[in-house]
Amino acid sequence: MTMAVTLEAPPVVSAVRTKRRHKKTGWLFILPFLIVFVAFLLAPLLYAGYLSLYTKGLATGTTFAGFDNYTRAFGDPSFRKGLWFVLKFSAVVIPLQIVVALVAALVLDEVTGRLARFSRLVIFLPYAIPVVLGALMWGFLYSPSFGPIEQIATAFDVRAPFLLSQGNIFYGLLNVVTWQWSGYYMIIIYAALRGIDSSIYEAARIDGASARQIAFRIKVPMVSSALVLILIFSLIGTLQFFTEPQILGPIANGSVTPDFTPNIYAYYLAFRYAQFNYASAISFSLGFVVFLVVAIFMVATRKRGSLFT
Amino acid sequence: MRKVSVTLLCLTVALTTAACGSDDDSGGNTAAKPTNCTNKVVHEEAPRVLVWAWYPNMAKVVDNFNNQHTDVQVCWTNAGQGQPEYEKFQTAISAKKGAPDVIMLEADQLVGFEIQDALVDLAPFGANDVKKNFSEGAWKDVSQGDAVYAIPVDGGPMALIYRTDVFDKYQIKPPKTWDEYAASAAKVKAAGGPVFGDFGSNVPAVTTALMIQKGAVPFVYDLADKQNITIKLDDQATKDVLTYWGELAAKGLVGKEDQFTTDYIAGMVGGKYATYVSAAWAPGYLTGSGVGAGKDKGKFAVAPLPQWDPANPVSVNWGGSAFAVTSQAADKALAAKVAMGIYADEASLTDGWKTQTIFPLNQGVLTSDEFVNAKVDFFNGQTANKDIYIPAENAYKGAVYSPFTVFYYAQLQAQIVKILGGKTSGAQAATDLHNQIVEYAKSQGFTVK
Repeated sequence: MTMAVTLEAPPVVSAVRTKRRHKKTGWLFILPFLIVFVAFLLAPLLYAGYLSLYTKGLATGTTFAGFDNYTRAFGDPSFRKGLWFVLKFSAVVIPLQIVVALVAALVLDEVTGRLARFSRLVIFLPYAIPVVLGALMWGFLYSPSFGPIEQIATAFDVRAPFLLSQGNIFYGLLNVVTWQWSGYYMIIIYAALRGIDSSIYEAARIDGASARQIAFRIKVPMVSSALVLILIFSLIGTLQFFTEPQILGPIANGSVTPDFTPNIYAYYLAFRYAQFNYASAISFSLGFVVFLVVAIFMVATRKRGSLFT
Repeated sequence: MRKVSVTLLCLTVALTTAACGSDDDSGGNTAAKPTNCTNKVVHEEAPRVLVWAWYPNMAKVVDNFNNQHTDVQVCWTNAGQGQPEYEKFQTAISAKKGAPDVIMLEADQLVGFEIQDALVDLAPFGANDVKKNFSEGAWKDVSQGDAVYAIPVDGGPMALIYRTDVFDKYQIKPPKTWDEYAASAAKVKAAGGPVFGDFGSNVPAVTTALMIQKGAVPFVYDLADKQNITIKLDDQATKDVLTYWGELAAKGLVGKEDQFTTDYIAGMVGGKYATYVSAAWAPGYLTGSGVGAGKDKGKFAVAPLPQWDPANPVSVNWGGSAFAVTSQAADKALAAKVAMGIYADEASLTDGWKTQTIFPLNQGVLTSDEFVNAKVDFFNGQTANKDIYIPAENAYKGAVYSPFTVFYYAQLQAQIVKILGGKTSGAQAATDLHNQIVEYAKSQGFTVK
């Protein structure tokens, strides 16, 4: 077919035509994704953006508000409170997860054999459990009536702290999130470690490097791009914190307030108070903050990670 | 955690579908299709009406209705108890589609949905024919002027449920006043006993009832005068009640646990709480969760709700529900027929009150010998209806609710959490709550007086 075309038409035209046809074929391949992308991401985003420009009062009906909802959002103590919580939470949970994941990956990279394979699987397993189920499970473990923590404490004749009480919920959630995600990050680091040419270690050993020096001077710097990737992942995820507190909320004696995190606040606004307009504005404001924090972070780590330069 | 972005996406998707909804049906509202019924439809050929309700004995009630009617059949779904159901209904209202034809609502929720034109006035569909079955107060709770927005089923006169084993062991009598309540709590605690009650943050309706008992009038609102509302939450009565319970909790005399959770129920079963300030329908729900069975059988009794001023007792109410027809119902006359007929037949009502799932508002039952003189099993044969609940119901004067009950409850709950955490005082919480609600009302376009 192509041959015939080349014979009949001047070469230049044929090249253009083939290119055009390639383009069409390309779009055809993208189409399934594109439909889903437009229908479930782009269109809803645009619609939410449109909603956020209006305001609806129970007694007044819907009116155009321009950017009023956004000025209101950033001055809203509830939104700020939630934002402050997720920023604080990120500052603690992200380093914690990365240290746990990095240590596990470095150890697993050193040891071989059946035990290593088993350990890898066990550390990764929490990630394979759906977040909702994980949170429910921890809710049971924390329970002051039937939880094993309380039962163990009772055996020693003391009262275990309730990890979802107002003062402790930060740590209770910290534990759930670290448990759930460290294994996943461990696998990313582990894969990066596996990709390093082992002759580098050999050279280092000949130069007299100890195992610890190899780990911290060679391995860690060489997987730094994976670490940056994890940081970005967990930063975006933590700023949008929702599932765990939402699931644990009903058994936390009110510790999870309607403005606990920005996403929970948006959920309450939309589905409890029927303020879809303001909820959209809160969601977009959160999106803006996430974008800002990640951008600042990427600029700050540009020199270290090769991934985003 | 990254699933959260999916949640955000779902939120936006939900919003889009809402938009699609209003486009599709050219401005009209459509209820959800009555398929996937939880119950078995008896007469397949009859038109169906979709009902949302959460009564524990609803399966029997629906079967009774369907067996007695050939021209209409109920298709029942349990969309959640209270708040979860209201969330789904609210979303359906915003989406202009997906609501049931008939919905079970508590009295404090009605005006919030009425103001959104989400409920149908049942007066043109013959609601006044069943008016005679109910007391004036009960009927007032579901109407606005001549308009009737729901048909009542049950009420929630409040009383003090207590454990006889704990009371006997520490030699105390049911407290008649709240001062006695606090004194008894201190006595039991000093003797090494359990906490006396519970100040749960997730039952703001109870706290509101107790505020009203002390003389608070949180809201004055009339749908006929839609724009104007009077809010009074920083009055002395509200401050006193929040302070009273806050202090009991701070001293460790009452628990700080949320209610209806598995842990709380386990505590009730195990005798962790000496009393339970609750409504007449509570035993039905507790029995369903396994309370008062086995070795706990017959250990509960009930006394009148403690008073602030025994010379002028005030009766208050928690919960109790009614059936309303949504404005999305396709056949409103048929839906109205269901709203008036369901849980109104003798078999269902009898089953309801015998299992203490409902405290019936139907006068026929309320005044029947069998009901009045019933020896209640949960209360170890006590004639609780005659001695406690019927007098409480008869003394109940009704209450006025705001059109944003959901928001108000959420804020009250947040303030209670703060009190329990020792972060605010009862008086400060009342002031803050008042300011929050006033600000919210203004942002919603109300003129606050």
